[in-house]
Amino acid sequence: MNSFRQIWTVAAKDLAIEVRTKESINAAGAFSIAILLIFSFAFDPFSDSMHEFAGGLLWIAFAFAGALIFNRGFARELPNECLDALLSSPLSASSLVLGKALANFVMLIAVELISLFVFGIFYNINWVKHPWALAGTLALATWGIAVLGSVFGAMTVNLRLRELMLPVIIYPLLIPLLIGAIEFTTILLGVEPIASSDWLWPKLLLLYDVVFTAVSILLSDTILVN
Amino acid sequence: MGTDAIAVRQLWKYYGDYPALREITLDIAQGSCCALLGRNGAGKTTLLRILAGLSPYQQGEVNLFGQSPRGRGARRTAGFLGHGIGVYEDLTATENLAFFARVHGLSDVSATVARWLKRVGLERVAKMPVRQFSRGMRQRLALARAFQHAPQVLLLDEPFTSLDDKAIAMLSELLTEARLRGATIVLSTHQLREALAIASDVALIENGKLRYSGERTPEMLSDPALLYRLHTELGAD
Repeated sequence: MNSFRQIWTVAAKDLAIEVRTKESINAAGAFSIAILLIFSFAFDPFSDSMHEFAGGLLWIAFAFAGALIFNRGFARELPNECLDALLSSPLSASSLVLGKALANFVMLIAVELISLFVFGIFYNINWVKHPWALAGTLALATWGIAVLGSVFGAMTVNLRLRELMLPVIIYPLLIPLLIGAIEFTTILLGVEPIASSDWLWPKLLLLYDVVFTAVSILLSDTILVN
Repeated sequence: MGTDAIAVRQLWKYYGDYPALREITLDIAQGSCCALLGRNGAGKTTLLRILAGLSPYQQGEVNLFGQSPRGRGARRTAGFLGHGIGVYEDLTATENLAFFARVHGLSDVSATVARWLKRVGLERVAKMPVRQFSRGMRQRLALARAFQHAPQVLLLDEPFTSLDDKAIAMLSELLTEARLRGATIVLSTHQLREALAIASDVALIENGKLRYSGERTPEMLSDPALLYRLHTELGAD
């Protein structure tokens, strides 16, 4: 079985479980909306300066909601020792981690889309001015968050305090990605046209994705077995 | 019997400073059934997990058909049944078996799954989530999961423990069939009589050391405690 099929098999299994239980989506969606709602009382949604905070607000909500999703990713494999069954099978550890990342990516994108609608209503911001650029930014940044969350989810799966440890470990590493995502999303939601120099940010996101996807492929077996 | 399916050479495994396995050297011939015996904490599970590629080791060499246990070829030939049943509570029996069939790269997933569900008597509850299964049904599903890809090496950790009568009969039948098709079986157990009845070979581990390995003799079958009396420091107590 080739790697892409292996990755899809793992992702499809996780998504099937999530569709049935809705344990991650419901928690992450509710959390993200709650953050946006709370911030809507902290800032004046109708002020002109709101555009300057928009990207930051969104990505804080997405990153925090993501932690709820990643914590469940590998924890799902612990009951009945399913992780042992997977690691003793021909499935490669990197396919397992990337399959988890793909499932996490789909779940987080779903949460982001729901949150964007809520954001548009609460903050009076038109977020469909640059739909393709925004979709690309969401995809690039969310993949980066998902792959990092999955790698460190694998690393912390056997820790007793994994729910606490995972965010503590991943948020500092997410800083470059979040800076890029916040900056470019703020530009996309703002009133100014996109300058050519602004495209540096999506390039940073792409570089981050490539680096951490490669790291996950190289280190998965060491992380999960050793 | 033929060439060695499993070869372990001078194996040392540490948990921190504690040596869980000490200089284990063991050959298991292809087509044989080796009962791995020993008291709690002797190192049986550790050795099985190393053979299944689930645990790293510090010194020595371990090969399954000439390959490292972490090699994909070795994992393709192996089937592992540990203490957990290794199936997902929120998936149905069909979905569980189909998932593991795909993971093992089986070609006709639907037919394989249908055949195994029938084989373990779960075809009527095929669409039911495992969470609603009784303990016996879960155990039978776990057996189907471990055997459906016809592994050439079966690594079974305490397979008889907490099985109901139906599942014990089914496991014995599956093990006999596996041996007939030439599979190599390594099973760890405390249940001496059941294990010795199906084993062709015996390996006895005490405190991480291999005390005895060799063929299972008729004397062992008639007196299961004989091995412990002859080859361990504490005797058969």
